[in-house]
Amino acid sequence: MKTKFTNDTRLESEIAYFENINLKLESGDIIESFKLAFKTYGKLNTDKTNAILVCHALTGDQYVAGNNPITGREGWWSRMVGPNKPIDTNKFFVICSNVLGGCAGSTGPKELQNGIDVAYGGNFPSVTIKDMVKAQSLLIESLNIEKLFSVIGGSMGAMQALQWAIDFPDRILNIIHIAGALKHSAQNIAFHEVGRQAIMSDPIWKNGKYFENSEVPERGLSVARMIAHITYLSENAMHRKFGRKLQSRDIISFGFDADFQVESYLRYQGKSFVERFDANSYLYLTRAMDYFDHDETFRKNIEFSHNPNNHLKYLIVSFTSDWLFPTIESKMIVNQLNSLSREVSFLEIDTDKGHDSFLLEEPQLDHVIKGFLTNNFAKIDE
Amino acid sequence: MNKINSIRKDWSLIETLIAEDRKILDIGCGDGGLMEQLENNRNAITHGIELNRDLAANAIARGFNVVHGNAELDLSQYSNNSFDYVILSQTLQAMMKPKDILSELLRIGSKAIVSFPNFGHWKIRLQLLISGKMPVTESLPYTWYDTPNIHFFTIKDFLNLCNEMNIVIEKSIGLTSKGRQFDISESVTGVNFFTHEAIFLLSYKNFEPIKIKSLKKVFAKNSVIAN
Repeated sequence: MKTKFTNDTRLESEIAYFENINLKLESGDIIESFKLAFKTYGKLNTDKTNAILVCHALTGDQYVAGNNPITGREGWWSRMVGPNKPIDTNKFFVICSNVLGGCAGSTGPKELQNGIDVAYGGNFPSVTIKDMVKAQSLLIESLNIEKLFSVIGGSMGAMQALQWAIDFPDRILNIIHIAGALKHSAQNIAFHEVGRQAIMSDPIWKNGKYFENSEVPERGLSVARMIAHITYLSENAMHRKFGRKLQSRDIISFGFDADFQVESYLRYQGKSFVERFDANSYLYLTRAMDYFDHDETFRKNIEFSHNPNNHLKYLIVSFTSDWLFPTIESKMIVNQLNSLSREVSFLEIDTDKGHDSFLLEEPQLDHVIKGFLTNNFAKIDE
Repeated sequence: MNKINSIRKDWSLIETLIAEDRKILDIGCGDGGLMEQLENNRNAITHGIELNRDLAANAIARGFNVVHGNAELDLSQYSNNSFDYVILSQTLQAMMKPKDILSELLRIGSKAIVSFPNFGHWKIRLQLLISGKMPVTESLPYTWYDTPNIHFFTIKDFLNLCNEMNIVIEKSIGLTSKGRQFDISESVTGVNFFTHEAIFLLSYKNFEPIKIKSLKKVFAKNSVIAN
């Protein structure tokens, strides 16, 4: 396999091109050629034992730390990844790639189709978490890394980490699985469906061909983001942050302006999301999450895999106030691993910050991630 | 003996009961102190379960395989005979259903190690006899209304239960309140009087071959699965 690498100065990101590779997707469709945008942090050691893959969540990207040129803000997990941070880039070589189907430089609906000068839009094939992981595995291969020390992710990133453990256990040593599940629940699919309907019922969406007139279905995409954002918080966190406080006024308006701070906040979240995310990508990626289901198959896959996976270590973390991926979902994974006597650690962190906790200030999360990585790395380094 | 010394003593005695290179589940593993000791000195493969969130987090951060959970609810997830030893140190008296826990220990492990403070110690008997109040001692330092120890029992009670459950006591170590150590099985008279803390190595007796009762593969009883 020959892979071309370029550096995109505008995106401040490396791009790996996989040409004429005929990537077969779970759906049966084939992508002839594709590219993945990725960032690396820290240095690969001479034995190539210190590589960590960080998988981003639904609306994340490869800018895990440092500057994100798209938003002009810090990377989405810069509090976790960096020199002397819990995922310490003085010690580890951290790789983060934009998922297949994403919109930050990797092949996805907003990129040009192979051979023609038109973007995929709604013609992009349906991708799954398994497909994303397959593409990532090709990237890791092309970087000449035989074994990753760890695959780490929260939410959709946790789904990818779990998929790595199922599909490529012989190429990893451990996974850190945060706020995830064996399957996307009916409630989660329902929320995603509302978001997708909001986008698709925006007249500007035009079956995904909005780019032809250089337009963006802003209203639909921002409503989708507003709904999703509510599911990432918790009632207590919202109450603590906003309560019934009014926005820039002393009395209610008896109209439909953003009277309440919480309304104003959601409107802002929706508006700023539209500036950085592609509506079609949002459709494809939410669908990929919906299709994720290892409820019946995880145990069998781990137990009867032809890829050796006995050596794998798992760290599973959940949050008390996460109602999108509640603790019970994480415990199902832990139970199945324990029934197979696998090396698994599990912690439910007490917080009111909801599903988004993994992105926020949670000292206990930092503590276990740092310790888990450091101590397990010391064991292989001996 | 203070509490910390008492736990260290407990651990070093537990260590003497464990062979090299075995797989161990430590129930109520705290921050992994005993697991570390057994990994270092016995080359053990260790797993732990801990109810306290902060202790579980510390154990995980030290690199141990620890599940944050409640032994009374979460032991069912482990498979039959998936460990060589299951350890329950100083906690049986705090369990809601000690008998169920005991049978769970021996379902999951080939052997179980159980340690507990003896409620039949003479100081405790004397306190209740003379003052007429629930005893408060160094090893049981709580008043009746805030104690986590909800099922008090003596060595005699424990031996009777083992007998009833067909559990074999392979080894038993007693400690006096001064820390003197003796073999419980050899010193029958007064043992329930002088033993301050007891440590037992347990296994099931009378292994029978596995009986498959029907085509649906219903096994006769957990305890008959041979070692």
